[in-house]
Amino acid sequence: MHAFDYAAASTVRGALDLAGPGSAFLAGGTTLVDLMKLDVLTPDRVIDVNALPLKGIRLHDGALRIGALERMSDVAAHPVVRSVHPVISKALLLSASGQVRNMASIGGNLMQRTRCDYFRDVTSACNKRRPGSGCPALTGVNRNHAVLGTSDSCVATHASDVAVAFVALDAQVVLRSKDGDRVAPLEEFYRLPGSTPDRENVLGPGELIAEVVVPVLPWARHSTYLKIRDRQSYEFALTSVAAAVDVKRGVVQDVRLAAGGVAAKPWRLRAVEEALKGGVAIERTFAEAAESAVDGARPLAHNAFKTALLKRTIVRALLDAAGAR
Amino acid sequence: MRVNVTVNGEQRQADDVWEGESLLFMLRERLGLPGSKNACEQGECGSCTVYLDNVPVCACLVAAGQAQDRSVRTVEGLAEGDQLDPVQEAFVEAGAVQCGFCTPGLVVQAHDLLDRVPNPSDPEIREALAGNLCRCTGYEKILDAVRLAASRR
Repeated sequence: MHAFDYAAASTVRGALDLAGPGSAFLAGGTTLVDLMKLDVLTPDRVIDVNALPLKGIRLHDGALRIGALERMSDVAAHPVVRSVHPVISKALLLSASGQVRNMASIGGNLMQRTRCDYFRDVTSACNKRRPGSGCPALTGVNRNHAVLGTSDSCVATHASDVAVAFVALDAQVVLRSKDGDRVAPLEEFYRLPGSTPDRENVLGPGELIAEVVVPVLPWARHSTYLKIRDRQSYEFALTSVAAAVDVKRGVVQDVRLAAGGVAAKPWRLRAVEEALKGGVAIERTFAEAAESAVDGARPLAHNAFKTALLKRTIVRALLDAAGAR
Repeated sequence: MRVNVTVNGEQRQADDVWEGESLLFMLRERLGLPGSKNACEQGECGSCTVYLDNVPVCACLVAAGQAQDRSVRTVEGLAEGDQLDPVQEAFVEAGAVQCGFCTPGLVVQAHDLLDRVPNPSDPEIREALAGNLCRCTGYEKILDAVRLAASRR
């Protein structure tokens, strides 16, 4: 592991004062410490932010507000989260392992790095890790890679489950700097790789995620998170879908859909949502609407199955969320 | 740096700790507690599971400095003197130990499960232990041990 300075901050201001080029904030450590051991990340300074007052889960002003330092397991088990937005809890409980959920923070979950094996192996080229060095995944082992939102520079997926639920629910992130707070929709917080896959989000160097804000949506209690993976637990998604649907008299009034495991960032499925609205809530409607989910998809040699799998995952998630079976 | 930490109820101090050291390394190499095992070092195998402030974590991914002024309980801290914890006894009786390398992590994780869920279903046991890998693949006996420990509570 690369040598670094360690400093613990007790205030947001103190943490931001310590931050600079080459520094990294340490919360749960499940991404940062892991990638530091692999020399994928080599910060000169690690700023422990665990003592910062960025905790708390509360309902305020029509929104569920989750402090960035809340742990995945605490958020998943929180009665307000479970009753207002059960899909958040479901997505969290289908992520990682018990130990990792106990450690990992919500802010850190949103900042986690891709599981692309070429990114995690410093002996490989990787445009995300070493800009301009190339992307071996384009022609290499790419079964787990993305089919949507990719570029000729990078085909990595975004690994978070809960971010998929958040994006479906129009969540925003509060970004805090010395200049104050700014708020960004989570969907726009993430950048597509384009020709700069090393720039994954809009976070500035002197900024940190303070809070996630999820608007309350009463009918979104009818929701699910369906995750398809190679084993039953402790595995990343091949495909996943967060779905919430409002059905009245058998007709879809409103719907929220986002997908994971298939795209360069948590992927909102707006075209599918539009195709569903006003439709009869039956399997055929869902299957027809799901067709547009893969418009523009760019399958690779080993992951072409993801386009069909994504459509089926959408249909099953909608059936579950609509209580149609 | 110097780290002050409560380990198994005792106030301990470790000096000359390197910033990049894990809590696991500090426990094993500086505080003489080799029960927690070092295997994957990536948080994937659970062999290093310890309680940190009463919550099980992978000690390999906790920076040693993060343990400052906190409380750690390792597998060595489960028994009361010579009296093994019921989870440990159940592992012995059920034959849930093959090479034994994964056992300390599994015992701590199962101990936490039974504290939170006294009568877990099989799916609950499987999910709770999903982050603990047994390379001998002795999972059936491990499940037996957890069921046995639960039945005695």
